[in-house]
Amino acid sequence: MTSPHSSDSRARFRAARFDWASFAGEATTALAALLIIAILLIILGDIILHGLPNLSWRFVSTGTGSDMFDVRQTGILPMVLGTTARVIIMTILVLPAGVATAIYLTEYARLNSPFTRVIRGAVNNLAGVPSIVFGLFGAGFFVRFVGRGLDAALSPHQALTVWGQPALLWASATLAVMTLPVVIVTTEESLRAIPQGLREASLALGASKLETVFKIVLPQAVPGILTGAILAVSRAAGEVAPILFTGAAYYMADLPHSLHDQFMDLGYHVFILSTQAPNIDQTRPLLYTTVLVLLVLTFALNIVAIFVRAAVRRRLRLLQ
Amino acid sequence: MAKTTPANRSVGWIGLKRGHRANPIEWCLERLIFLVSLTAILMILLIFLFIGREALPVALGRVNTALVQKTIPVSDLDKLSESQLSDYLGLTHDQFASMDRDTLRTLMELKAESVHEGSSNQDAALNTASWSCLVRPHQWSGYPRPEFIWQPVGEIPKYNLVPLIIGSLKVSVVALVFSVPLALAAAIYVAQMARPRIREVAKPVIELLAGIPSVVLGFFALIVMASALHGLFGYPSRLNALVAGLALGVSVIPVVFSIAEDALTSVPRSYVQAALALGASRWKAAWQVVLPAALPGVFAAVALGFGRAIGETMIVLMASGNASIVSWNFLDSTRTITATIAAELGEVVFSSPHYRILFLIGVLLFIVTFLTNLVADLVMHRLKSELEGKR
Repeated sequence: MTSPHSSDSRARFRAARFDWASFAGEATTALAALLIIAILLIILGDIILHGLPNLSWRFVSTGTGSDMFDVRQTGILPMVLGTTARVIIMTILVLPAGVATAIYLTEYARLNSPFTRVIRGAVNNLAGVPSIVFGLFGAGFFVRFVGRGLDAALSPHQALTVWGQPALLWASATLAVMTLPVVIVTTEESLRAIPQGLREASLALGASKLETVFKIVLPQAVPGILTGAILAVSRAAGEVAPILFTGAAYYMADLPHSLHDQFMDLGYHVFILSTQAPNIDQTRPLLYTTVLVLLVLTFALNIVAIFVRAAVRRRLRLLQ
Repeated sequence: MAKTTPANRSVGWIGLKRGHRANPIEWCLERLIFLVSLTAILMILLIFLFIGREALPVALGRVNTALVQKTIPVSDLDKLSESQLSDYLGLTHDQFASMDRDTLRTLMELKAESVHEGSSNQDAALNTASWSCLVRPHQWSGYPRPEFIWQPVGEIPKYNLVPLIIGSLKVSVVALVFSVPLALAAAIYVAQMARPRIREVAKPVIELLAGIPSVVLGFFALIVMASALHGLFGYPSRLNALVAGLALGVSVIPVVFSIAEDALTSVPRSYVQAALALGASRWKAAWQVVLPAALPGVFAAVALGFGRAIGETMIVLMASGNASIVSWNFLDSTRTITATIAAELGEVVFSSPHYRILFLIGVLLFIVTFLTNLVADLVMHRLKSELEGKR
């Protein structure tokens, strides 16, 4: 040993300090996170790269022209309108039910009573039901049971089929059932973020419980409810499986006029273009551009929801 | 009408008994809120009821697809009870009630005639919708040995569910093998290792993956991934369980990630601080202290990931090739339960055996996912209350 004793021990100390197992563990997990982000970027990048060149205002504002499979001639207005319509009707159906459930769970029900556990269990389970099962349910319940029942009630003497067939209303109702948990969970979260003192102050001033809920608590929870609605819309806008048998049409010459009409849908159209097109190479540009429009629709909403939600959560954390 | 409670009951807001109620409108509104809050429970029940209702005749073995059935001589018309007769002729109760005796006699004659015509195939007398044909291999005429076959359209419809179940499991296994390690590692990193600033960015970005509609992932798998992988490995069928499973994995990643991350962050900070104080590195604290404590949550994450994988429809419908072959080779074209429902329900005759069997596999799917969710829910609930007790 020629080197001074002190530096040698320091070197050895450093060598011992460097923990290879820890480094490897940290690096592997970081790499996994990076890989997931890379997958996301590759998918988005590919779609934007191939879809953007053909995206134009004309494309989203004209109907399907003479050639449904050519990006230069066709447009996707009927699909955009169909998807928008079903999502709006769904929101109208799901918001009252979801918000009322959340109000009951946070403001009225006792925390952790067996009954609230059952409601919560049902909500969690509903969130995990496969989308195709919602499709079966929509076909069996809304179309066949409710729809046929309505027909029989409205015109008992003729065998008319007005409501007892796949329709815009039934597709929206099916999606409303599917997105109910999303609305309940986000609304509940935002209701819990509201300080307890606010409610107590309102009660102390002589307001009744219901007045407190509707005039004090709910206005504060609007951003959270909005997040729930946006998340529900972005989830529903891209779903195809639940509407396969409840209202989506392969092709319609006309826009839907009433709730009992079928409609063309953006997601379903992507499915049709990618599986039924006669010449996939010719259809590819159209397909990419349609996918891009669908992604913009669902993603833009998602990103807005993430920001609002982050703000709500920060507030919740500050309170605890 | 209103119960009066002493004012000093109002200690906390949650758990407060409804107190003095002067206004009947408010009373009604509050009841209404309560009733609406039962929607979720109602919907779960309705889903079960209405899918089950369509599937019940098959599940009970009351559907018969046999072309040749035992015929009853027309002269025995009066000996049969009403329910026997309507079952024999395949009539619903309403139809049966609306017919007079002569019509029934004609129907019986027609039935006897039609039965004598279709007896050329030796399988013609077989009820292919019986449970034994649904789950056990059968020696079909023209095949060398007993086989599992799903072939619902044809002279003799074959409804064996085994190829579909194997297909679903195969694709789900590929998806989980790909996504679970990746998502768990990322969850450990984001929950325990990453600096706060990185975490604030990484978590929402990874969760953004859940915002990609499944039809878009299906499109990506079909148009981009299938060709790329095919070019790379050169296997025989372009669309197979591997392509579908990988795309499915992408949709499973955010599910596993968010739940695992949630479980890992719910482990009390003091655990990590104690480990660090004892000289452990951050990785060791995460791997040997936090992960074991959150293990039930990780299990729940994997269970929910499986539920998501087995229930996903559009990705497998578009990218798995949809051939119902019994094979565990993941490079073979594969047909899953979900894709079968999606592809076939649109063209099927209402109330036919095929229609009912599609609902039956829907019930199967619902039960599987219901149980996975229930287990995951219970495990998570227990973990949370356990960890909160130690905080």
